[in-house]
Amino acid sequence: MTDKLLPPKKKNPQLRQRVPTLPPAMRSRAALGLTAAAARGEFSLQHCEDCGAVQYPPRDACSSCLSVKLSWRETGRQGKLIAETRIHASPDPYYRERLPWRSGLVRLDAGPTVLCHLHGDVGRGDTLRMDLKLDKAGQGAMIALPVERTPDMADDPQLRSLTADPKHRRILITDIRSPMTRPLIDGLLAAGAAHVFVGQSESWRRGSDHEAIAALDKVSVVQLDVTDASSVQRLAAEIGGKTDILINTARFVRPGGVLGADTVFAREEFETNALGLMRLAQAFGPGMASRTADGVNSAVALVNLLSVHALSADPHYGAFSASQSAALSISQTLRSEFRSSGLRVINVFTGPTDDEWHQPLPPPKVPPKALAKSVLTALGEGLEDVFCGDVAKDLQERWRKDAKVLERELTGGGA
Amino acid sequence: MKRQSYEGVVVTAPVSVPYVRYSQETAHWWIARALKQLLDVAGLSPRELDGFSVSSFTLFPDTPVGLTQHLGLSPRWLDSIPMGGASGVVALRRAARAVQAGDVDVVACVAGDANRIDSFRQLLSSFSRFAMDASYPYGSGGPNASFALIADAYMAEYGATREDFGRIAVAQRANALHYPNAIMKSPLTLEQYLSARPISEPFGLFDCVMPCAGAEGFLVMREDEAQRRGLAYARIASTIERHNAFPEDPVQLRGGWVMDVDELYEMAECGPDAIDVLETYDDYPVISMMQFEDLGFCAKGEGPQFVRDRDLTIDGDFPHNTSGGQLSAGQAGAAGGYLGLVEAIRQVTGQAAGTQVAEAKTAMVSGFGMINYDRGLCSSAAIITGAGR
Amino acid sequence: MSEAISVLAAALGDGSVEVVDLTHTLDPDFPVIVLPPEFGQCARFRMEEVSAYDGRGPAWKWHNISMNEHTGTHFDAPIHWVSGRDVANGAVDEIDPAMFVGPVVVIDCSEGAASDDDFELTPEIIAAWEAEHGPIPANSWVLMRTDWSKRRGAEYLNMADDGPHSPGPTPAAIEMLLARDIRGFGTETVGTDAGQGAHYTPPYPAHYLLHGAGKFGLQCLSNLDRLPATGAMLIAPPLKIKGGTGSPLRVLALVPGKTGSGE
Repeated sequence: MTDKLLPPKKKNPQLRQRVPTLPPAMRSRAALGLTAAAARGEFSLQHCEDCGAVQYPPRDACSSCLSVKLSWRETGRQGKLIAETRIHASPDPYYRERLPWRSGLVRLDAGPTVLCHLHGDVGRGDTLRMDLKLDKAGQGAMIALPVERTPDMADDPQLRSLTADPKHRRILITDIRSPMTRPLIDGLLAAGAAHVFVGQSESWRRGSDHEAIAALDKVSVVQLDVTDASSVQRLAAEIGGKTDILINTARFVRPGGVLGADTVFAREEFETNALGLMRLAQAFGPGMASRTADGVNSAVALVNLLSVHALSADPHYGAFSASQSAALSISQTLRSEFRSSGLRVINVFTGPTDDEWHQPLPPPKVPPKALAKSVLTALGEGLEDVFCGDVAKDLQERWRKDAKVLERELTGGGA
Repeated sequence: MKRQSYEGVVVTAPVSVPYVRYSQETAHWWIARALKQLLDVAGLSPRELDGFSVSSFTLFPDTPVGLTQHLGLSPRWLDSIPMGGASGVVALRRAARAVQAGDVDVVACVAGDANRIDSFRQLLSSFSRFAMDASYPYGSGGPNASFALIADAYMAEYGATREDFGRIAVAQRANALHYPNAIMKSPLTLEQYLSARPISEPFGLFDCVMPCAGAEGFLVMREDEAQRRGLAYARIASTIERHNAFPEDPVQLRGGWVMDVDELYEMAECGPDAIDVLETYDDYPVISMMQFEDLGFCAKGEGPQFVRDRDLTIDGDFPHNTSGGQLSAGQAGAAGGYLGLVEAIRQVTGQAAGTQVAEAKTAMVSGFGMINYDRGLCSSAAIITGAGR
Repeated sequence: MSEAISVLAAALGDGSVEVVDLTHTLDPDFPVIVLPPEFGQCARFRMEEVSAYDGRGPAWKWHNISMNEHTGTHFDAPIHWVSGRDVANGAVDEIDPAMFVGPVVVIDCSEGAASDDDFELTPEIIAAWEAEHGPIPANSWVLMRTDWSKRRGAEYLNMADDGPHSPGPTPAAIEMLLARDIRGFGTETVGTDAGQGAHYTPPYPAHYLLHGAGKFGLQCLSNLDRLPATGAMLIAPPLKIKGGTGSPLRVLALVPGKTGSGE
């Protein structure tokens, strides 16, 4: 059984903060297929299109029939641990400071033998469930997990290094007015978050659930307006050093296309949705990036809420879609800029949300609770791209299949 | 088709450049030193050498081609054997056939590697594509962890204990004390072996080789050429080589020798009993134990009992890794793949000095190399014979 | 004329005339008027650093600022409202600059506003004021003192489910002021109209009637409690924005000093 993770002690201010190091990051192009699958929470391996053989490690030709037609497919996660070791010495700086480290060989029911990280609750001879997760270097990594959930299993240090689990962490949610904020706070506290800071812009116009949120235990309401650089910087100066997870719920949305009389709403959308993310990253990012190896409550993730129309525009929300594409693009650059620290940028994509700005749209629409749950899943599972709700999932699949066909469908005239 | 014998071809001039733990010198420097010794022994000038075979991990960005200009050689036959622990035997069998066919008169076979501070980590992190993608990122135990997994599975399957592996390591240390070039110079007891700090369980410190810098070499030539130059030589009775054997095995509990061992003895027209001295590739004792089984000295799974019953020291009933092997002499990169063969040549030609096994006329050398992902892919073995003096 | 200016300069110098600042600080978190969200919104004041004696500009510090014409303490020109769209010279850049300096009277509604968030300025209150101070002079600014500027944050807009609640003038009161041919009307609240001003006929009477008559507005004023009921001079020049409907500005009042040799 996993030892329960205890809350961290107060830091000794005389000790140097541990500088982030990364596990080995170099990969072949083929192996990036594992990373892509891990980012989405899939367990995919290469399958030969000609003979069906499942391949691992990733390669460029089938080791059964030499076909070069290998495609990534969801694969059974079941396997058995056939060998294990506990590593006590490593020349690699990342692992050296995390020893001992367990790894093992798993014979997958699907065929291949996989060398992987081991959860503390699995041992040689056990049947187990294999998972693909992103490691601190942002690369897909295999970990063997117990088949059934075990108590406190997320506290296992090897598993925790692959997730952004909120337990004992301090979280900033940027906008108290977002309808998902309340369910998100409830979920984070239930998951063991140490404290939740909630940003409110424009203290002179409070939302209806302000009092209820402000009264919660372990929750503080703080001044934050993502459209105001000085406000963002002020808050970062105050709590940037203890922000372990930043969840950006601030969003400005107005219906309407691009052909209009002005760019007033578009400007608001870009100010909040795109530049807001940039301001947050500029103010909080460097501090968080320096604290990714800071023990139990190390900084771990920046979560961004995006419309799935960041991928392909919804012409009924033209300027809004554009702001979402801009935010997606910014998040990609941030991923590059945070790479050396291991700070993860998580994008949670959603379809139309069940709110005033999507009121005339037919269902399905994403309720705030579902969106909050997706964020919690992304953190707990360590995902990088999450698609919340049927619309987002469907759109993403169509986008992956053929972005041009999707564009034509969304812009009218499709089936 | 029956394989042609190596009749008329011999291996001679075993040379070792003493190893050092860390060195600022390059692979070029180490290889040059071994080559110089070889040419001096044979009485050849660099320009006269017409065959050259090289194994090294640390020549980058050069290849053996660049080495010819660097070292002033003009060979008409050049080979590069990138097979790590299997390199010595493979270099030998390639060179022997070329000499036999008359493509070349004398082949200098050399393996050498540098070992600068941190170069081992850099070598491991980019050792192979599969290692880079699928083993090195998992705890970065390097080959220690990968072979620890094999050892763990082997112990579970066949009931081997740490003591069994320890017997191999302790015997090799005893042998190394008679080999002046060995890096390890103090005795090792089984208690010390068992209580050593863990490296990657079940391995402790003395299951692991010590990376170092150094070089080894030998010459392959026609028998009449060796006689003309007054060189003590060994004949090549048989050789085998295999890569990626048994890919369907979930974990490596046997090596490629199993596929070819019958042919090895058949070609040499002898059996395991005829072997006076055995030099296995000992990156870890468990791998040597596997070779005892796979090369026919005992049945599969009987390795543990075998080492309990036999004395593996120079004076014992089963002399094994007489120069201490890599575990005690040190592992100088690809030179580790030559160490056993060079020692075996010394043994059957009566040049082994302090490590000499009495009446050693027939030696077996086995090689094993290149843990590409989860297992060693290359296996090789050779039986050589000499006058024993 | 030059004599009057020297007298003024001397009075300013000896404290017999004091300068009172009626302006709120332009602050990103200062409230602005809130309209239903489907309407375009008033931009908040924003400031971003362009350089601060650093690599972006080694010897100087400066900011880009942005806001609405009606952000913070601001001036409303006639063309701000639909009723004033055709008023001649109704944009801030066209208004006769003489209009930016002139006499001001203050009607104190602070007591009523303290007990009633929807306190109304009515003709009766104006009449009572005139009974005490004499008729409101033509071409003067009329400021409605409510002490609302002492409120902060949510209290200032005082938003409820049925909209904001803050004091303001009734249509009849504005009609009465227009009958006095005032120069303009100013308040401490976020607009010249009451928070519930939309429910009057016409809606937003101060905006509708004043601007239709070519008069000006001032809002988000502060320190009105430091002004006398009569006898002060207001200096309120908006930025010269081409076609501008209003402008943030610094509003100053010249008031008789407590010291010195003033009358």
